[in-house]
Amino acid sequence: MNTFWRTFKVAAWLGWEMDSNWTEPWLFIVYSVVKPVAGAFILVLMYTVFAIIGSRQDPAAFSYMYVGNSFFIFVGSVLFGTFQVIQSDREWYQTIRYVYMAPISYYVYIVGRAVSKIGVAAFAVAITLVFGVYFLGVQVHMTLAAVPLFLAATALGLAVLLAIGICLGGVSFLTAKHTHGLAEGIPGIFYVFCGVLFPLSVLPDWGVAVGRAIPLTYWFDLTRRLLSPTLGVETTLSGYSDLAILALLLVSSVAFFGLSLLIFKTGEYFARKAGKIDMTTSY
Amino acid sequence: MSAGTVRRTDLRYRIALNLRAVVGRSYPRIIGANREPSWIFFEGLLPLLGIAAYVFIYQSFGARALEAAAGDPAAQAAIKANTNALVASVVLGGTMVAFWLNVLWSMASQLYWEKEIGNLQLYMMAPMNRMALLGGMAVGGMFMTSVRAVSTLVAGIVVFGVVFQVADPLMLLAVFFVALTALYGLGMMFASLYLLWGREAWNLSALMEEPIFFSSGFYFPVGGLFRVPGWGPVVAILGSFVPATFGLDALRQLTLSRTAFGGQLWIFDVKTELYILVFMAVLFLILARYSLRYLELLAKREGKLTSRHQ
Repeated sequence: MNTFWRTFKVAAWLGWEMDSNWTEPWLFIVYSVVKPVAGAFILVLMYTVFAIIGSRQDPAAFSYMYVGNSFFIFVGSVLFGTFQVIQSDREWYQTIRYVYMAPISYYVYIVGRAVSKIGVAAFAVAITLVFGVYFLGVQVHMTLAAVPLFLAATALGLAVLLAIGICLGGVSFLTAKHTHGLAEGIPGIFYVFCGVLFPLSVLPDWGVAVGRAIPLTYWFDLTRRLLSPTLGVETTLSGYSDLAILALLLVSSVAFFGLSLLIFKTGEYFARKAGKIDMTTSY
Repeated sequence: MSAGTVRRTDLRYRIALNLRAVVGRSYPRIIGANREPSWIFFEGLLPLLGIAAYVFIYQSFGARALEAAAGDPAAQAAIKANTNALVASVVLGGTMVAFWLNVLWSMASQLYWEKEIGNLQLYMMAPMNRMALLGGMAVGGMFMTSVRAVSTLVAGIVVFGVVFQVADPLMLLAVFFVALTALYGLGMMFASLYLLWGREAWNLSALMEEPIFFSSGFYFPVGGLFRVPGWGPVVAILGSFVPATFGLDALRQLTLSRTAFGGQLWIFDVKTELYILVFMAVLFLILARYSLRYLELLAKREGKLTSRHQ
């Protein structure tokens, strides 16, 4: 246990240094904020253009989309923060053979490396939300009583994300340098099917079924319920109580943890067998 | 003059050498892609989902607007037409996203990446012109990216039922290829700049994703920015330094007709935008040539040409 903790701590420190020490702290803060805020502004302009040409405002739909998009920052950062560890150590820094041979848990090392990205993402989420509330009229009215539930939901949502990221890491043991495709594509699945930007009811029936099978859908719904309880947008999940969703997230995080172990170990086994642990695919 | 020197200064020999370099550098991107079929799934199909999300946003807005306009057939028809035009805008933007990402990650960052993995010194020792090297990267990159761009277009038409009305296909092709040339010219210029930088290069490329998608109007007609009072026009003008802005605006006019969105969201007419793109293409290629030569010299002088992981 002590080794796990030490690995986690050192990997988290390493991840933070790799993410942030390429520039001055103020520039790193600006960098960390500009990307997600610009991402939010794409949606703001999409809404604005629709409102201009249709001469129709829909503040509830806008707030729904904005809050979902703010929390989606976690999805991109945590997933990328986990699965890119293997590819960057293998292809870019070419240090994977040394880390891999060290007497540590490589799984814990990856989780540690991802932690700094979670911290930076949390900062970006907070800035994006505050900006939306004060400058764009986004409707956020969280009560004090909802805070513990919100924190618990966030922790469980992040645990599920980490586990999914490790699953992808296990797959990327065997794939070529597809970091960007994965970084765009896998979050894209959640972007479309988890009711992040629009209610699930917009999707065809099979899409709704896919969305309901992904635990992140419930995480986004619960988060939005707690932060913006007055939106009144039908999400097709109103039959579930807050506590039921929380319980579902708890079960999902345990299940995904088991799945991540299985996929990671399987990917690792086949990569070792095929001699792919430290391959480089520089085209 | 020795026979070797005569041969090296012979124009035909130099052209053939540089053409071979173009083919040689584009080869791994074109053939490498075929040898790694998983690439089509990861780079071609998965990214479609992100674009689908933007399509569904407009469809969601459209559905709510249709509900509100129940009983007014004229308003409903207008909402449907506008929604189709916006979805088509997203699909076109999605094709351009593919090329922009390729410019950032496979052109601009490529020399930096080659430095990191130790190939750069080999390129520098080879007798061809460096522009031929960058040209080969661009040709290979365009081919690789076309797969994703085409799959985005096909998905837009087949899955989302987007209707394009192309009245002037020759002009469409001209705008498309000139925009691509300008984009890759910009990428070549960045490639040389990145030679001097260390990890800032990677982060700069990452920083030029969402902010450029936003300021260049990849997912909405960029004219919408001019309708936002105050900061909107400033952002749009800054964004128009990226050729994709005018390229997309012209492509949208050519495929959706100038009357789409009530004709109120276009920047200039197509011909003016084509001229601007031609100017940008020439300018960026010239700047790329000079900056590559200058920065190569500077990198050699400062000893950064082969220094990795900085």
